[in-house]
Amino acid sequence: MLLNQFLILGAVLFCIGVYGVIARKNAVMVLMSIELILNSVNINLLAFSLRNGSVDGHTFALYVIAVAAAEVGVGLAMVLLMYRNRRSIGLDELSEMKG
Amino acid sequence: MLAAATEMTETVLSSGWFLENAWIIPIIPAISFALIIFFGKRMPKKGSEFGVASMLGALVFSAGAAYQWIQRVNGAEEGAYIAPIVKTWTWWQNDGVSLGIGQHVDGLTVTILLVVAFISSLVQIYSLEYLRGDRRYTHFFASLTLFSAGMLNMVVAENMIQLILGWEIMGLCSFMLIGHWWEEGANSRAALKAFFTTRTGDIGLLTGTAVLYFAANERTTKTLGVSGFSIRGLSSWALSGDPSSAAITVGAVALFIAAIGKSGQFPLHTWLPDAMAGPTPVSSLLHSSTMVVAGVFLVARVYPVFFEGLNILGSGANFIVIIGGITIVIAALLAFVQTDIKKVLAYSTVSQLGYMMMGLGAGAWLPAVFHIFTHAFFKACLFLGAGSISHSSSHHSFEMKKDMGGLRKFMPITFTTWIISTLALCGVFPFSGFFSKDEIIDNVGYAGYNVFMIVGLAGAFLTAAYMTRATYLTFFGSPRGASAGEHHEEEGHGAHASHDDHAHDSHDTHGHDAHASHDDHASHGPHESGWLITAPLIILATLALSSGFLNAAPFGHSWENFKKWVEPSAEVINPTGIAYVTGGAGEARISSDEPTEPVVGEEAHSGAPLAAASGEEDHSKEEGHHKSDCGTKTPVDGVCVAPQLNHAPFKWSKAGLSMLIVFAGMLSSWILCVQLYERKNKKLVGLTERNKALGAGYKFLVNKYYLDALYENVIVRSIAHPIARGAYWINQNILDGIVNGAGTSAKTVAGWVYRNVDQKLVDGAVNGSGNAAQAAGGALQPVQSGKVNMYGALLFGSAAIGALILVIINT
Repeated sequence: MLLNQFLILGAVLFCIGVYGVIARKNAVMVLMSIELILNSVNINLLAFSLRNGSVDGHTFALYVIAVAAAEVGVGLAMVLLMYRNRRSIGLDELSEMKG
Repeated sequence: MLAAATEMTETVLSSGWFLENAWIIPIIPAISFALIIFFGKRMPKKGSEFGVASMLGALVFSAGAAYQWIQRVNGAEEGAYIAPIVKTWTWWQNDGVSLGIGQHVDGLTVTILLVVAFISSLVQIYSLEYLRGDRRYTHFFASLTLFSAGMLNMVVAENMIQLILGWEIMGLCSFMLIGHWWEEGANSRAALKAFFTTRTGDIGLLTGTAVLYFAANERTTKTLGVSGFSIRGLSSWALSGDPSSAAITVGAVALFIAAIGKSGQFPLHTWLPDAMAGPTPVSSLLHSSTMVVAGVFLVARVYPVFFEGLNILGSGANFIVIIGGITIVIAALLAFVQTDIKKVLAYSTVSQLGYMMMGLGAGAWLPAVFHIFTHAFFKACLFLGAGSISHSSSHHSFEMKKDMGGLRKFMPITFTTWIISTLALCGVFPFSGFFSKDEIIDNVGYAGYNVFMIVGLAGAFLTAAYMTRATYLTFFGSPRGASAGEHHEEEGHGAHASHDDHAHDSHDTHGHDAHASHDDHASHGPHESGWLITAPLIILATLALSSGFLNAAPFGHSWENFKKWVEPSAEVINPTGIAYVTGGAGEARISSDEPTEPVVGEEAHSGAPLAAASGEEDHSKEEGHHKSDCGTKTPVDGVCVAPQLNHAPFKWSKAGLSMLIVFAGMLSSWILCVQLYERKNKKLVGLTERNKALGAGYKFLVNKYYLDALYENVIVRSIAHPIARGAYWINQNILDGIVNGAGTSAKTVAGWVYRNVDQKLVDGAVNGSGNAAQAAGGALQPVQSGKVNMYGALLFGSAAIGALILVIINT
């Protein structure tokens, strides 16, 4: 069983994703990083599901994929609106929510 | 007994590298797709070289596989069961369920692989010239290549899941290709329509696959050791006599609904003519060898399921044959009122697909598959011919009445290839369509479906008539509109200007193929296309002329090579996939339980004369014959993978009758066209406006039987609008009522509370907490920086701290 390898792959992907969310200024890149994080979670779910010989993890992974698709849909729509309004998708220029 | 049987059949079927590795064929274009997407724009030919090279590679592999399959069949005794070459790798597994991905290569697979790779290669070569300078040239080739990859994957599919994968890739790519010029609203609407209509059918595909899986899985695992998704598992299960009639009927009907959607059968054919909005090479590929053939292929692939589920041959009529019959006639009638040459061809395709379905529904499996094979060549040729005309002569217009006519003088090559393909499509002897279409009609009648044989003959008449009309309008008569440009140009400068205006006009209003380089053509009149366009036309026309001879039933048994190579044998086989006995002279014999069998086996193996067989063997021979009736009698042990089908004996009298009908169609249509368009016969011109009955019929046809109106205005509206209205009503009356009522009562209560509780009691507390909150807010203010990245960092930081706490608590 390659459980460790799967988990390590998941952890690496997760770290890359977190790095992307924190360090990237481009909204689309941040969205993609979030996808990466979600998929690293999927890998963990699948790895444990295979290990336990049950199909539950696969089902969860499918749900996660569906939710991720919806999330990207909403996210890209927001990016599009952002771009329409200010001709840029740089996150560092967005600080209206500053308290 | 099984041991004896396996021992007996040591006939080693030859195989080869190409056959064993047929799964590589869809991978080649798939890789090429990735290369085009990532590197295409940087290449000197903008990625088209990857596409053409990969299709040629797939063609070489397919040709190798076809050659080796023919070797394999020729090496075995005639009529024997030829085991398909099946390979499978696990793709997904869990909890005892596993999905494989692999290959299932038999005669049908090899045929369609070869056709798809061949047509795709020619279409890509043609596109090099046709789309030169297009603004999305690279993406066009990427989609085209992926499209072929999807079809090839579907064809080699080992199981239903892999088949669905290819099926859906095609659905996606057809959307991208039909909407290639999406700047025009009509094109993107057509793309959406194609996608959604085929998706409607796809519901049937998913349902059918699921139903069949749950019904078949137990038995297929037990007998063959494969899952209920696998093609051969489903086939053997359907013929085992085991399935409950409800499960298999529901499964077959659901799968056929998918085929209706994909193959443009009535009533879901409406997307196909609209799909003409795509570039012409796409139409050609879509309509000849990929996409629309997928539905027919699905039915042919798991034919036993349909055979048993819909009781083909067992009853007077069935779902498939009825749908096929209706499609033939309604599509052919629609072709008469089209002025767009591509739409005539589109309805012609729908009608021809109806023939294939009708053949399959009447047990004429082989003629239907052969019709896929021949139809691919002549239909691709016709579409590419139409593209050649619009590319070089009519300024990207496809309007026959406005912009064509008299082109035979300017485009001799296009004209000749068009005529050959038209004759093949009409089914004139000895062109290829004759050998396939006539076989279908003949076999439908032979199987007892007399009504549908008449429908088929009527369809042949209509086919001949509408193709004559299209040919007349395009190539004969006097040049009109854009095609007449050259003549006017020679007459004087004034005419030249008006010609240019017209060209511009026709481009704006009718131009489907408005691509960047179109202005190049405005400067000169009709002429023959370049060799990149004519070479594929010539190759396809040659095949339209000759491919029928692969299965030329009229010339006797020795000419029926296609039947020998492709038709699966209806022989009882043992579950390891080896025929019990490979018998001579097309007769299946089954071993008895005698221990002395190996001797007989060697005899049978070496092809020794069996006439000297003992009485006991005669008995076993009888038994074998009895058992080989797959589909009519249930095999007790062992499995069947193909039903027993009969073939109509060829008769010149029947062929002669259909020939006469075809010629009658051509002649009557020709006379009518000359009267109507050339002589402007007063009695005929404007007849539809004067005669009410004819006018109504014409209007009915022009509006495509009002099916589009039915789908868009009635069905979509009747479902979407009441929901919206209902939601609005609930919103206005119930929700608002609740909200208003709650509001009024709340207001009264609030008044009291305000005076007594709020002013006195709460204010003190609120002011205190407000002050506290202000202080806390001030302290936390730096966190709310407005920087999204920082929020992300905080989120993950706190999640990490939470995880740490969890770990610490649990250890």
